[in-house]
Amino acid sequence: MKAAKRGKVVSYNRWGYIFLIPFVLVYLVFQFIPLVSTVYNSFYENYRSGLTQIGPNFVGLGNYRALLANSDIWIYLRNTLIMWAMGFVPQIIVSLLLGAWFTNPSLRLKGQQFFKTVIYLPNLIMASAFAMLFFTLFSDGGPINSILVQLGILDAPFRFLSNTWGTRSLVAMMNFLMWFGNTTILLMAGMMGIDTSLFEAAEVDGATSTQVFFRITLPLLRPILIYVMITSLIGGLQMFDVPQVLTNGTGEPMRSSMTLIMYLNKHLFNKNYGLGGALSVFLFIITGVLSLIVFRFSSEKK
Amino acid sequence: MTSTNEKQLSKGMGIRARRGIAYVVLVLLSFLCLFWFYVLFINATRSNGELTKGFTPLPGGYLLTNWTNLVHGTLPVWQGLFNSFVVAASCAILCTYFSSMTAYAIHVYDFKLKKFMFTFILMIMMIPTQVTALGFLQLVGKMGLEDNFIPLIVPSIAAPVTFFYMKQYMESALPLSLVEAARIDGSGEFRTFNSIVLPLMKPAIAVQAIFTFVSNWNNYFTPALILHDDKMKTLPILIAQLRSADWLKFDMGQVYVMIAFSIFPVIVVYLLLSKFIVQGVAMGSVKG
Amino acid sequence: MKKKLLSALLVTAMAVGTLAGCGGNPSSGSGTASGGAAGQQTQAAGGEQAADEGKVLNIYVWNEEFKSRVTDHYPGYEAVDATTGTIGDVTVKWNITPNDDNAYQNNLDETLLKQADAAADDKIDIFLVEADYALKYVDTEYTMPIKDLGITDADIADQYPYTQDIVTDSNGVLKGLSWQGCPGVLFYNREAAKETFGTDDPDAVQEYVKDWATFNETAAALHEKGYNIMSSVNDSFRVYSNNVTSPWVVDGKINIDDNIMKWVEDSKALVDAGYTTTYELWDADWQKGFFPDGKVFCYFGPAWLVNFSMAADTEGSIGNQGGWGAAKGPQGFFWGGTWICAATGTDNPSLVKDIMLQLTTNPEIMTDIVVKDDDFVNNKPAMEALADGSQTITKTDENGNVTYEGPYYSDILGGQNPLPMYCEGVADLQLSNLSSYDQGCNEEFQDAMKAYFEGKATLDEAKELFYKAVTEKYPELSY
Repeated sequence: MKAAKRGKVVSYNRWGYIFLIPFVLVYLVFQFIPLVSTVYNSFYENYRSGLTQIGPNFVGLGNYRALLANSDIWIYLRNTLIMWAMGFVPQIIVSLLLGAWFTNPSLRLKGQQFFKTVIYLPNLIMASAFAMLFFTLFSDGGPINSILVQLGILDAPFRFLSNTWGTRSLVAMMNFLMWFGNTTILLMAGMMGIDTSLFEAAEVDGATSTQVFFRITLPLLRPILIYVMITSLIGGLQMFDVPQVLTNGTGEPMRSSMTLIMYLNKHLFNKNYGLGGALSVFLFIITGVLSLIVFRFSSEKK
Repeated sequence: MTSTNEKQLSKGMGIRARRGIAYVVLVLLSFLCLFWFYVLFINATRSNGELTKGFTPLPGGYLLTNWTNLVHGTLPVWQGLFNSFVVAASCAILCTYFSSMTAYAIHVYDFKLKKFMFTFILMIMMIPTQVTALGFLQLVGKMGLEDNFIPLIVPSIAAPVTFFYMKQYMESALPLSLVEAARIDGSGEFRTFNSIVLPLMKPAIAVQAIFTFVSNWNNYFTPALILHDDKMKTLPILIAQLRSADWLKFDMGQVYVMIAFSIFPVIVVYLLLSKFIVQGVAMGSVKG
Repeated sequence: MKKKLLSALLVTAMAVGTLAGCGGNPSSGSGTASGGAAGQQTQAAGGEQAADEGKVLNIYVWNEEFKSRVTDHYPGYEAVDATTGTIGDVTVKWNITPNDDNAYQNNLDETLLKQADAAADDKIDIFLVEADYALKYVDTEYTMPIKDLGITDADIADQYPYTQDIVTDSNGVLKGLSWQGCPGVLFYNREAAKETFGTDDPDAVQEYVKDWATFNETAAALHEKGYNIMSSVNDSFRVYSNNVTSPWVVDGKINIDDNIMKWVEDSKALVDAGYTTTYELWDADWQKGFFPDGKVFCYFGPAWLVNFSMAADTEGSIGNQGGWGAAKGPQGFFWGGTWICAATGTDNPSLVKDIMLQLTTNPEIMTDIVVKDDDFVNNKPAMEALADGSQTITKTDENGNVTYEGPYYSDILGGQNPLPMYCEGVADLQLSNLSSYDQGCNEEFQDAMKAYFEGKATLDEAKELFYKAVTEKYPELSY
């Protein structure tokens, strides 16, 4: 009897492997092979000079040394994290706020369907097209500047994209607009899952809505918050298209808006698999460490 | 009795104030979100020459001209729309289906490599896609899959981020007892997944389907390197092609009309699915 | 509305001598008809030669310009659909990959590297390049010498020398041809000239911009009247960089030519004095000067810039009022152009040769191109005949009625005939100091110096950034 049951359990669990087959197979073919070659290449000098292939010549850790020889890579990491934080902090605050409002039955907001639909819309515009629209508005002679000058806030047009914090702010703003709807949808899904009787009980106990939010909603939302934090951090470290199109790939002024992936992209220009590979491994380690910290930090508090 | 009444009264006023704030913030955010579509529309109604003047808040009279120039030009815009739709829809379907399946495997079954696989997939998630892009292209070349949708569609089966979301969702919305019950009823594992688990996952699937659809709809980098035959090209490539037109044909008005044209279908798909999401999320809450 | 502009500008060659064949045909603007008449005899020859050759002609391009030239002007080309056509029994396949994100070159690189192993019908036969990266392809075995196709020096004697410099490899072997010439001049705002100098006569204005020293002095005078001399310092970069005496890379080391440094010096002074800006070309702000309110004195550019890019078809623009004038400017330069290269290993050499010859040397077809596309073609005698008025033009209105017959002139330039100036500027142009790194160096240099001009970095910091950016793109270089 016991043996039979175990046998059955084992046969069920075999399905675990079967269900994993499509993922593993596709992953191995389309991503693992390129990935292995990335890591492998990070130990070689391997790039194109025009149409001439240089290498691969084994250089050991040479590419890593070249990357870490100056502080550039840390500057780009810092830029990336700054721009991520500038977009993410308002994003998570606004998303939590909207989520709380939308799920709060006592607020009885009208037109919820409309607002819920609208907040995701900017994500539907391609980043490159979005950047074109930004250029139109934020150019020196554009409407934003002329409004600011007319209102007397500015004396002369502000050159957003020639200023470090101007550029970073625009990047952060674009990222914010493109992704806060997405985050709100995810958080809302989490908030709707919270047992409403908890809110009712709290209300009976006379808790203010601020108390309810911090004492009940937030703690119960932790798993989905961790998901949002980690995927956003990973997405943030991989930030590329917005600053790329907004600064035309230069990360100007003086590379103060250059992100790690933009830097990687520069090496892909001449198919520099060596340095590009080393940079990828570096990025992978950084992402892993930071994700681990977020994970630890948020589960310890529990 | 009176005290509770008083409390409710003061709280009611608080609510009114908070409701006011909520409306102000929501209207402001909605404006920020919708404004871009207005700018896009304005630009699409202006001629290339007018566009060099900079932005004006009032539309021009060239919308129809831009549109006719676009559809009567040499770019196969309708074919592009069709191609984009095929790629994005296939990706959305494959990605959500197989990510659910992968998540199901990790969530429901207990096997030796389970922990390893889970960690492994999470680690994959941290690898930037740009890293493997060029290796991927060489592979596609070796497999002779250029000018083919396969390398654009099939890889979406292995999507770690979607998997992670599905896994998180199953933890809150898929009790193992349900699977047990299905087994007792004699349902096969595959049938259980298809006819019991998938319907339960509808909200999550809808959310991820939109995300996947949109990101593939807007993808330029990989398709541009794989698709060269005009019959196979997707909309972002055609837009880029329009933008790199020679000076004789260069026309930003057409570019903006084309962008508007390519956004329109996604909005429709999104609006169709968004109802479903909100319903689905509400359904999930009943169970929670 | 482009169409309207075109028909208004329609330049019909009223030909003397060889050009008689296609002259006086008001419908020649409508395309294929004229091309067909031009080359019936060559079509037969091409067909014969192609008999033992491949059945598929693969052409790699980034936009539709060349395709429309072939469709409209190459005898015997029949379009099947947007990316397929036929010439006799050869199928022409157009592989169009846009430039964005370097996609065109990435795709071309990968395919060229596989060229040797590719099946005959999959081999690239023709690919197109632009000046900035021409040498990257020309200076390799992947591009075929023009001579090997059987094209002789005599065939191409009428072309502008600079168009050949650009596609001549480091051993002096010519490996590509172009149908276009893109000589540039200085287009000035006549209103601003009258206000500042009291005259808008091209020769008089030229005195104020005849060399860089004078040009910079003039900037101060214009500033007093409220005008920026140029829209941006990036306007003049091309003029300086076309007149360098050393290439960007010498013996594997990055080299900044004196004339480039002169650009930096002059530009910094102009920006600091508030005489111009650092806008990027094609930015919304850069384009403001196309209109009177933009208060810009001049733009540097070739014919296509003023004809098609400066909003001449828009009410209220300077071009629309015929308010531009053309002067030679401080130095000659060119901007733009597309070169046809034959890929080594092509299985259609005689067809490739014929396409090159027809489009870049056949005077009838080239005049057709002037007529239909308003291109400045790469043919000295043809352009000079138009320039000195020995060949006249006909302008027609939308109904095909002849409204003007006489020497070439431009409405946008207030009736001026700029062709002598174009011809003069392009004759002096020496482009022997090119390198295969030009694209990267030019782009990165302007980007880096922008920070210096705006006071965001010192000159040394900006140079350091330039070196860093270039060595990222080309790791084999040192500095």
